[in-house]
Amino acid sequence: MYARALFGSSLVFHIIYATLGVGLPLIIILGEVMNLITKDRHYAIMARRITKGFAILIAVSIASGTIVGVLLSLLWPGFMEMVGQVIALPFLIEIFAFLIEAVFMSIYLYAADRLSSPMRLLSIVLVAIGAVGSAILITDAHAWMNTPDGFRIVNGEVVDVDPLDAFFNPSFFTTAIHVTVSAYMTAAFVMASVAAFKLLKRNKTNEERAYHMKGLTMALVLGAVMSMATAVNGHETAQMLHEYMPRKLAAAEGLFETRTHAPLAIGGFTDEESESVLFAIEIPWALSFLAGNRFDTEVMGLNEFPKDEWPPLFVHTLFNVMVGIGTLLLLYSLFLIAWKFVLKKSFKPWMLAGLTAGGPLAIIAIEAGWLFSCIGRQPWTITNVMKTTEAATRSNYVGLLFFLFIGLYIALLFITSFVLYTYFKRNPVIKDLKEG
Amino acid sequence: MEASIIAITILWSFLYIYSMLGSLDFGAGFWGMIYGRKNNTGASLIANRFLSPTWEVTNVFLVLFVVALYSFFPFAAAMLGILFILPIGLGLVLLTIRTTFMVFSHSVKRYGRLLQVISGITGVLIPALLVSILPVTLGGFVTMNNGEPELLYGKLLTSFTTYAHILFGLCTQLFLSSLFLADYASVSNDQKAAQLYRKHAIMAGPVTIIVAVLTLFTLNHEASWFLANAEKQIYGFSMSLLLFLFGYAALFLKNSNGKRGLFRYAVIFVVLQYGFAIYAYGASHLPYMVYPHLSINEAFTNPSMFYALLLASFIGLTILVPAFVLFWKLFLKDKRYLQQ
Repeated sequence: MYARALFGSSLVFHIIYATLGVGLPLIIILGEVMNLITKDRHYAIMARRITKGFAILIAVSIASGTIVGVLLSLLWPGFMEMVGQVIALPFLIEIFAFLIEAVFMSIYLYAADRLSSPMRLLSIVLVAIGAVGSAILITDAHAWMNTPDGFRIVNGEVVDVDPLDAFFNPSFFTTAIHVTVSAYMTAAFVMASVAAFKLLKRNKTNEERAYHMKGLTMALVLGAVMSMATAVNGHETAQMLHEYMPRKLAAAEGLFETRTHAPLAIGGFTDEESESVLFAIEIPWALSFLAGNRFDTEVMGLNEFPKDEWPPLFVHTLFNVMVGIGTLLLLYSLFLIAWKFVLKKSFKPWMLAGLTAGGPLAIIAIEAGWLFSCIGRQPWTITNVMKTTEAATRSNYVGLLFFLFIGLYIALLFITSFVLYTYFKRNPVIKDLKEG
Repeated sequence: MEASIIAITILWSFLYIYSMLGSLDFGAGFWGMIYGRKNNTGASLIANRFLSPTWEVTNVFLVLFVVALYSFFPFAAAMLGILFILPIGLGLVLLTIRTTFMVFSHSVKRYGRLLQVISGITGVLIPALLVSILPVTLGGFVTMNNGEPELLYGKLLTSFTTYAHILFGLCTQLFLSSLFLADYASVSNDQKAAQLYRKHAIMAGPVTIIVAVLTLFTLNHEASWFLANAEKQIYGFSMSLLLFLFGYAALFLKNSNGKRGLFRYAVIFVVLQYGFAIYAYGASHLPYMVYPHLSINEAFTNPSMFYALLLASFIGLTILVPAFVLFWKLFLKDKRYLQQ
């Protein structure tokens, strides 16, 4: 019990920092590239300032990533035994990607002034590749837990291991793309939030406003493109779920009876008694279409599975939160882009105010998505192979560690915010604009 | 060679790398704290200049070791996980505090001193926790309870050998880091700091050797198998001692600046000294991971995964070599970085 709570909260904490750690390098690259193209020094300043924030966030990301990696083996010995035999490959390669990121991160941070511009760009590109590479590889292990492949179990023993089959398990590609584009989307909206917040303040000079507007536009365009990609990929993910994880899809949609022309339930709460989703808006036939591109696709319901293998039914809400926020951000960013570039009007304060919520919302969506994917797999930790209870440690000290780590995470959330706040308070953008 | 021997050798090499880098990292944090406030040499500056770009890479080697351990030896997970959950868990908390605060101290100068002290203190506590694992693997601290291993914390905390191991770890860390920082200061053209660190290295070197030998005498009677094995590795240990003497002697020879201390040679000899000692120690430890409950063959993975991992490690390290070379040039050689 404590093992799940401890590992779950460690992941919830790590994901905030890890997502930004994957996403921000792309924004820094964009800043550097825009600087090279337009020769506008605002973009160089932007890249430098985001790098400062990135350096602070990445420290927490690396520390919490180390925690998650090591805790994994401490808390889930049963699981690690299986992982080591079948899906060790991405874990090990992940470390090499991580090393590339770490080496070039230091180079970009501490040697930037001694590098030529192409070399500097190359270092940050390698940071981004290392970051996204390690994210994809670690997500591969998660994909394999969802759709295990590359081995057989005979008399309780793992046999016929094929490391490559395990690596390229059925959900690898869709999940990898999902994690990548949603991380970029989140980082973009976090940046848009900050810029919008700054633009809402009245006491800014014209140059500061111009600077923030450039950042906002860049983030908005990136955010729109990435949300679009996330939506397309989300559709593929739904089809992948339909094919390989019908139980999870049924729980996500609160579908009990197997049927064709299945409706898509939006909102509401799954009710076990009446076997329906209460207070939901139903779009007829839409789920069948999402799952198989045809209205007569048969979608499996929860009743096909033994009741003790149902995931908790509230995953429907987590799924809705993820998809809902994703859709909202996509539409809102498209609207703002159309407003600015097609109608050629400037943003109204309420539009900016709406955008400030974008970053936090995107992070909530990411968290909901991870929680959905992990809780939706329950009671299994490796689908149809190993239950979570079999995987957990039987150590008595997990409770103690749980409280210790929770305390640490809460403290770090406050301290990171404080450090970021203090740093940027003491080094306002106006200072960089005057100097640079 | 047997596959499991190849695997444990790779793993052991990662441990060797981490123990060297970790010693420098934690040691530099410690010296940074000691010379943080009042010292007219650049000793603290030198330590921090080394730490800033390297801690992240050092940290990755720790994760590399853990991941490689569970990848090559998945059946060790159950036992190691239960035995070491507390020391490793506490170590993780401290490591997190250390790494985050170290980075924060760059951004918030006002609290620099506090953060430096935290980095220094954790730089002593973390290695102490990590080293306390070693005596456990040699035997005498684990009981089996209905097939479940249990670590005897009471016995571990009251055993002399635990503290001897910890003391050895800390001496090693101070010796290696002061020696290395002497070289680093010398390359940075800060002769004062170099001589200061040289003084510490001259102190710490013989103390480390004495503590190492004494530690052998504190071992539990359950660990006698290890001593018997170690006698067979006498060449490795002797070679290590010889290299120590070479390295130590290099500290007293004059360098091109006319000051005493051929630091670069000293560092190379001492790193080799530890190399011989660590591999000899590792060879003596075989075939057990945790005596007598877990041997490397029991824990080893299947052949197809082994070859896949071997290939991945080879390709990974090959790609990384040029990156490390660049890293070395920029932070350990480039005069513009060293003499700023």
